[in-house]
Amino acid sequence: MIMDNDILVELNDFGFQYNAQTRPTLFNINLKVRRGERILIAGPSGSGKSTLVHCINGLIPFSYKGEMTGSLKIKGKESKRSSLFEISHTVGTVLQDSDAQFVGMTVAEDIAFALENDCVGEPQLHERVRKAAEMVDIGGYLKHAPGELSGGQKQRVSVAGVLVDDVDVLIFDEPLANLDPATGKQAIELIAKMQEQTGAAVIIVEHRLEDVLHRSVDRIVLMQEGRIKADMSADELLSGALLSECGIREPLYITALKYAGVDITPKKQPASIRTIVLDEADKKRVREWYEDTGASDHGLTGELVRIEGLDFTYESGKVHALKDISVSFAEGEMTAIVGTNGAGKSTFAKVICGFEKESGGAIYYRGNDISDLTIKERAEKIGYVMQNPNQMISKVLIYDEVALGLRNRGVPESEIEERVETALRICGLWRMRKWPVSALSYGQKKRVTIASILTLEPEMIILDEPTAGQDYRHYTEIMEFLTKLNRIGMTVIMVTHDMHLMLEYADRAVVFSKGCIIADDKCYNILTDKEIIREASLKETSLYELALKCGIDDGTDFVRHFIDFERKNVRISDPVAEGVYD
Amino acid sequence: MTNLFNYIDRPSPIHSLTGATKFVCLMLWSFAAMSTYDTRMLIAMTVASIILFAVGRIHFKDVSFMFGFMVIFLVLNSICIYLFSPRHGTQIYGTCTLLFGMSGKYALTAEQLFYHFNYVLKFTATIPIVLLFVTTTNPSEFAASLNKIGVKYSIAYAVALALRYIPDIQRQYHEISQAGQARGIEMSKKASLINRLKAASGILIPLILTSMDRIEIISNAMELRGFGKNRKRTWYMARPFRAADHIAMVSCALLVAIALCLSVVNGGRYYNPFV
Repeated sequence: MIMDNDILVELNDFGFQYNAQTRPTLFNINLKVRRGERILIAGPSGSGKSTLVHCINGLIPFSYKGEMTGSLKIKGKESKRSSLFEISHTVGTVLQDSDAQFVGMTVAEDIAFALENDCVGEPQLHERVRKAAEMVDIGGYLKHAPGELSGGQKQRVSVAGVLVDDVDVLIFDEPLANLDPATGKQAIELIAKMQEQTGAAVIIVEHRLEDVLHRSVDRIVLMQEGRIKADMSADELLSGALLSECGIREPLYITALKYAGVDITPKKQPASIRTIVLDEADKKRVREWYEDTGASDHGLTGELVRIEGLDFTYESGKVHALKDISVSFAEGEMTAIVGTNGAGKSTFAKVICGFEKESGGAIYYRGNDISDLTIKERAEKIGYVMQNPNQMISKVLIYDEVALGLRNRGVPESEIEERVETALRICGLWRMRKWPVSALSYGQKKRVTIASILTLEPEMIILDEPTAGQDYRHYTEIMEFLTKLNRIGMTVIMVTHDMHLMLEYADRAVVFSKGCIIADDKCYNILTDKEIIREASLKETSLYELALKCGIDDGTDFVRHFIDFERKNVRISDPVAEGVYD
Repeated sequence: MTNLFNYIDRPSPIHSLTGATKFVCLMLWSFAAMSTYDTRMLIAMTVASIILFAVGRIHFKDVSFMFGFMVIFLVLNSICIYLFSPRHGTQIYGTCTLLFGMSGKYALTAEQLFYHFNYVLKFTATIPIVLLFVTTTNPSEFAASLNKIGVKYSIAYAVALALRYIPDIQRQYHEISQAGQARGIEMSKKASLINRLKAASGILIPLILTSMDRIEIISNAMELRGFGKNRKRTWYMARPFRAADHIAMVSCALLVAIALCLSVVNGGRYYNPFV
């Protein structure tokens, strides 16, 4: 074959089965990765993306045991005859959680880690660390501890730690998972830049397709149930229906074009909103669709929580986390709280729930000051669901876990039974009530934690990143569930980085920046306001650009129409009539 | 929240010694202080340790929590010695000087009092040095120097990682306990000790589960970057031994020698002013 030297990774009829499992996780994988290529691997949770990546970087079979079939060659060498360390010189991996993969005490040590293990001595060690750090613009932070860095900076450190080893293949496992929208955009730009500078092949595993396509990719490999479903260019993939069949979210502008009846073909270059070519007929269709759909706002009843002049400083006295926050939440409202990492969003939620004690200001609940109530007393009115369900679950059985709060309060067992049943039914877990929690998926665990809060019958529930790390199917499942709770009267506040979530599900968004609220408005107004987007590190929705492209002047109103259209036509029709969805 | 093991980066002559030097010195110093009951030497070492503490630019408030903890331990320990062996001093020093005209088993003697004084001195001579070691030793640099003095690097690195994760685990414990309190797990002083212990065990399970997740990630991250590949590795934070390191270690070795000499001169570990 020609250009054989350029094939870095080659899988032929490859399959893999974990020792602990009864059936294979991967089947018949045929894939070639060449030098200089940029490949996106997409697929729902459980489709085998991570397993495939572990096979390529050598964790399989050297750390996770199982049976391999077919062939997997790294630079022409069969991987099972190689070693994890040998492979690590060719394939560098940036793991999903840049926080947890930080090995060193400081930035410099973390970058140096691979070199240290390779016995690189002075003076090359310091020199190469400095060069790698400069490559990702983190040179000024060499002595900083990981805790002092922002999410984006941490990721840069992880990238430098891999680049320092001169690898030929760079794997990014869900690089956008913990980043705010603007930082995510920079991360994609950084990945593209690194690839151009080093000439390495890049494999990105991510289900946030629209965000990855901010910079072009050569191919998208779509995985489903352990098989490669498609391996084609982004333009081709976005033109077909494969994405939605596999439960991957397509870019919003594509959705809008489909609603308007525009035929999407590879020739129109739909991979990015910047490249897409729409002819006059297409634009006319979009304009007509816009004019045909109306927009409405549903009215809200009384005020539930009012916060006045809230101030909070952490014990150490150094960080003034919340400054003079005043905001109110109406009964039955679904609100998103957005902003950069460290803007004060989570702190705000914790102060409301009494986890932290405010240093000034007041919190009113139905007009009564609740500043003096304890965590436990506030929990009866306001429930708080942490981001990581594993941090909340302490019982073995689902039923016991959900009953825990009531048992601690000394509620009679007969009443507990009733309230737990209601909560489990609402959360779709009644059938599984006798299961051990450990048998559940991440999304189901999340529902268990929500159920355990619901039994306490709060009127308001605050969720920290309810959909972080979820694929589109689980995301939809959780969000539809929250919408249902909201329709039966629950006031819902979501702390989130996800612009889609905010746009589609929240009535309103409160934007935090550096401990202050800089905007409090309808989501479509916020996501089309350039000033706020910049300040809060958000990202403009592609719908806005689509509107401008089609000659619609009021982009904001177009976004509003789109959301309303989705809510009316696409979502579950009437969740209240549908009742418990168990 | 108080961090128990906290490296405080405040440049000083003590900070600039290598971790291995400090570790060796700590061992020698403790051995000297524990082996002798010579009051003069213990007083000298106490004074020296306080001076060193100041040289290390560590403030009392940085270590007040640990200091308090150690004082309580010391007081309890002294009380126990007195309860179980009120005539220990008399046995050691061979005289019996009753004080305040008391009599009976628990009568206070000058010898017992002097014994306790020496006992406390041993700790006052050591505690500041232990605290100084903990607060002035950078965990990574410590790992590097442990490796240098012959400890396997995987063990040395495990020590450094453990030190690094202690603050993280403390923060997680705090978060988990707050979520637990919201669901009515009583952790405040209102609950009885037994109930609080029960509640704490409820927090332990999620803490262990989340820590296991992290251990898997970190060990993957380390292997992927070649940890364990060679029998040796280099250290970014490694520092060469310098004159000050040698001086420090020799001085501490001298202390041990003095302690041993004194026991010969005194004819035993105890300095006896009573005969």
